[in-house]
Amino acid sequence: MSDAPITEADLHAYADGRLDEARRQAVEAWLAARPEESERVADYRRLTDGLRGAYDTVLDEPVPERLRQALRPRLQLRRFAAVAGWFVLGIAIGVVAGWQLHETRPAAAPAADAGAAMAYRAAIAHVTYSPEVRHPVEVGADQEAHLVAWLSKRLGAPLRAPKLEDVGYSLVGGRLLPGDSGPVAHFMYQCKQGTRVTLYVRTEAASNRETAFRYSEEGKVRVFYWIDRKLGYALSSADISKDDLFKVANAVYQQLNP
Amino acid sequence: MNEAQRLVELTPRLRRYARALVGDRATADDLVQDTLERAWAKLHLYRRGTDLRAWLFTVMHNVHVNRVRAARPTDTLEDEMPELAQRAPQGDGLLVRDLDRAIARLPAEQSAVLLLVTLEEMSYEEVARTLGIPIGTVMSRLSRAREKLRAMMLGQAAAAKLKLVK
Repeated sequence: MSDAPITEADLHAYADGRLDEARRQAVEAWLAARPEESERVADYRRLTDGLRGAYDTVLDEPVPERLRQALRPRLQLRRFAAVAGWFVLGIAIGVVAGWQLHETRPAAAPAADAGAAMAYRAAIAHVTYSPEVRHPVEVGADQEAHLVAWLSKRLGAPLRAPKLEDVGYSLVGGRLLPGDSGPVAHFMYQCKQGTRVTLYVRTEAASNRETAFRYSEEGKVRVFYWIDRKLGYALSSADISKDDLFKVANAVYQQLNP
Repeated sequence: MNEAQRLVELTPRLRRYARALVGDRATADDLVQDTLERAWAKLHLYRRGTDLRAWLFTVMHNVHVNRVRAARPTDTLEDEMPELAQRAPQGDGLLVRDLDRAIARLPAEQSAVLLLVTLEEMSYEEVARTLGIPIGTVMSRLSRAREKLRAMMLGQAAAAKLKLVK
């Protein structure tokens, strides 16, 4: 076969070192008489070296935590199953409570009910993620721009992670959560003492325009929640007073409505 | 269990390929994350005894193609792609940034072939299997990808020479 005509494929196989000895020699002899083709093949090799030189360093980088997490879905699945269980329970309670409300107070505003349901979900998310030591967030504050862009894309609305340094909290990072009508963004903040507050943000049906701050206590978790244009917000904490949480909620609101 | 361990071992290679394919680190890791999650969920479809690496890169290729397709309506990359004018004043190695730009200008099916051959050092048959295309197509895409990158490199070298002469 070594006397078969040299093809374009042969030249690439030669540049890639994939030819057997006989064929390699045939290609070399062919190239020796053709300086331009020879230069072209040399460029292909330089290109390969360039690619290896440029990207092989990635192999030595530590694998980010979120990628290692991607291969531990069993654990996550259990966690999500637990959260989902709470959701189902929450919906069941909501249905019963809603039905009772309907019996006694037929005029209850649907927006308020939706808000209360959001506060409940936000509280569950808070108790689920805020005690996490190693994996409190999916994407850390060191990649804030990416985090915000990602969550904005998934929610289909431009989000911002408010800056809360003035009230003593800095961004830890955030994650994407499943909500009952679509993806939910979850931002976590922490003060110097390690106390955490979480901001739960979801898109709202167009009918729910705007509400004032509302307050709710879900077990040990205090939640301020409100709806502003297309987004619903719920700020949760289990560790700070209602007054302090209100200050943070106010700061969030001011930041998002300058 | 064995497959899971292999997925962990292959993760750095997925990251290398993804970085070369999409350029920036965060987007590349998003691609790897989607790939790993999908591979993990679909692991029951992997046939034991076949090449897990090829299977994994097949998953990544499909995820990438879907992501590119989904992103296209808002993707202005091609319009805003700057000319390849910046080059290191000395040194003959291509800058990573130049390579990122050059690869971004290749059609996705060509860059996939090029990167599997050069970075992953897959045989042409493995590339054909991984991408689900005939081997003749592998060779023609490899050839086109290399010719385009080479033209860009030569264009840059010519531009650099002009500057020096001037």
